[in-house]
Amino acid sequence: MGSVQAIREETHESLPSNGKKIEPIESMIEFHEVHKSYESGGATIEALKGVTLNVHRGDIFGVIGLSGAGKSTLLRTVNRLEQPTSGRVIVDGNDLSVLSVKHLRSLKKNIGMIFQQFNLLSTKTVFENVAMPLRLGTTSHKEIQERVGELLSFVGLTEKAQSYPNQLSGGQKQRVGIARALATNPSILLSDEATSALDPQTTASILELLTRVNEEYNVTILMITHEMNVIKEVCNRVAVMEQGAVVEQGNVLEVFANPQTETARHFVKSVVRDDIPSSVYKLLEANQGRSKILHIRFIGESSGQPMLSQVAKRFASDVHVLFGNITELQGVPFGNLIVELQGSEREIARAYQYILQQNVTVKEIS
Amino acid sequence: MEVTSDQVIQAVYETIYMVSVSLVFATMIGLPLGVLLVVTRKGHILENPLIFSILNPIINVLRSVPFIILLVAIIPLTRLIVGTSIGTTAAIVPLIIYSGPYMARLVENSLLEVNAGIIEAAEAMGATPLQIIFRFLIPETLGSIILSITTATIGLIGATAMAGAIGGGGIGDLAITYGYQRFSTMTIVATVVILVVLVQGIQSFGNVLARKIRRN
Repeated sequence: MGSVQAIREETHESLPSNGKKIEPIESMIEFHEVHKSYESGGATIEALKGVTLNVHRGDIFGVIGLSGAGKSTLLRTVNRLEQPTSGRVIVDGNDLSVLSVKHLRSLKKNIGMIFQQFNLLSTKTVFENVAMPLRLGTTSHKEIQERVGELLSFVGLTEKAQSYPNQLSGGQKQRVGIARALATNPSILLSDEATSALDPQTTASILELLTRVNEEYNVTILMITHEMNVIKEVCNRVAVMEQGAVVEQGNVLEVFANPQTETARHFVKSVVRDDIPSSVYKLLEANQGRSKILHIRFIGESSGQPMLSQVAKRFASDVHVLFGNITELQGVPFGNLIVELQGSEREIARAYQYILQQNVTVKEIS
Repeated sequence: MEVTSDQVIQAVYETIYMVSVSLVFATMIGLPLGVLLVVTRKGHILENPLIFSILNPIINVLRSVPFIILLVAIIPLTRLIVGTSIGTTAAIVPLIIYSGPYMARLVENSLLEVNAGIIEAAEAMGATPLQIIFRFLIPETLGSIILSITTATIGLIGATAMAGAIGGGGIGDLAITYGYQRFSTMTIVATVVILVVLVQGIQSFGNVLARKIRRN
C-alpha cells in the first residue's frame, strides 16, 4: 500500500506542466502497436490502429473517447475478450499473445472486470454472484464464505447478501459487480463504462469506491468512459482516443491544462467551461479598445486569484472578473478566468506585461 | 357401444406412459442439442461451423415431417429399437424423434435469450466453456427451459393422439375409435375433458416451477 501511495505522490510531484515525460515506474499493462480489424458486411473496420500505451502499477488510468473510438475494444484486449490482429499486450509481465488458453484463464483471475450493464446473474443471490469467480476455481467453502463476507462489507452490501439483483438499485448492482470483480484478489480492474448507466450522485459514490479499491486493495484500474467528469474525479493518467488511435495521453492535469487536440479540448470543455460567454463579446464591442479582456488559465494555488490582487495593488488598473471557473484536479486547483483590465492605456499595458510573466497561460480576447 | 371406465383408465395410463417416457428421452436429446446449436454458432463460446451446419438442417428436416407420416416412415427403425412396430411402446420411438428436435429448438431459443454480457463476464472470470454452459447459460435460463419442456410435453400429448395409427392406444385413440368412428358423443366429451385437465395441470405446474426459478 505504501508503494502505491509513493507512486501517486511521485506522479503528483512531477505534475507541473513542464512537458517532461514521467519515467515509467513499473508497468502493469503495456500496449505495443496494437491493431485490431474485423470484417463487417464486406468492409474491413479498423477498430484499433496501432495503440501504444503504458499503464503503471497503481494507476487509475482513464481512456476517454466518443463511442466507436475503439476504447472498448482496447480494454478487452487486456483480458483477451478481444484478440488483437497484431501488436502485443503485456499484462503484469506476461505477453498475452504467447500464452496458452489455460495460462490465459489463470491470468484472468488476476484481472477483474466491471461492466456498464453490471452483467450479474439474475437467478443468483448477491452472495452467489460475488462467490461465482471463486466457485469456478478450487477455493474451499469456508474461504468463500469469508472472502465474500469481507467483500460485501467492503462495498457496503452486507445486508443484501441474500437479495437478488432485481431487488437492487443500479448503484448497488455495480457494487456487487465490483465485489465480484475483486473476489479472486486481482491486481488489475478493468472498468467498462461502469458509471455510464448511473445518475450523477450514484456515479460519485461508485467512483469513490473505485478509489478505495485502488488504494486499499492495491488494484491498478484501467477504465474507459465517455464522461470527462469520471476522468477528472478519479484518474491520475488519461489517454484520449479517436477513431482507433490514441491522439493524446498524459497526466490528467497536463491534459486538462493544455489539451493538444480538438477532441481533448472538447472533453475538457465538458467539465471545465472555458468558452467565452457572449456577454464578454458584447462588452468588448461596447468598450472599443478602452480596456483589455484577458483569458487566464492557471494551475495551482500560487497563481490565479493572488495574482489578480497583485495587479490591482501594483498598477493603476482595475481588474474585473467577468467569468470564472475553478475546479480541483487531484487536489490541485485548476481554473479559467476572464478578466477585464481597465485604466489608462499605459497602466493596462504594464499590468498585462506583469500577468504575462506569471505562471499562467494568458490569451487576449479581441 | 359405450366405453367402460376401465378403458378410459387404461387410455389415460397409456397416454401418460407414452408422454413421460418420450419426454425423458426427448429432453435427454433436446437439451444437449439445443445447447450445441447455441454454443457452436458463429461468435459463440465453442464456435464450430461444421457441427452447426450439420445439426441445424437435420433438426429442420425432422421438425418439418408431420408426425403421422414420421410415425409410419420410421417403422423399420422402431422395429430395430424396440423389436416391434405396433403398440404403445412402439409409439414411443417416433414420439422421441418428433419431440427431441422440437425441444432442441425451444432450448436453443431460451439460451439465446441470455444477455451476451453475462457470457462476457463469465469469460472475463476465466470460466471454461463447460463452466459457462452449466454455471451461467443453463442456470440463467432454467425458468425458460422449464417452460419449453412444458410446451414440449403438451405437444407430445397432442402427438400421442395419432399413436393409435400404429396401435399405441391412449386417450386420443379412444376419442377417435369410440367417440368419432362409433358416434359416441359422451366419449368425445369425456376424452376432451380429460385432455383439457391434463394440459391445464401440466401448464400450471410448469408455470409455477418456472416462476419459482426465475428471478427477473
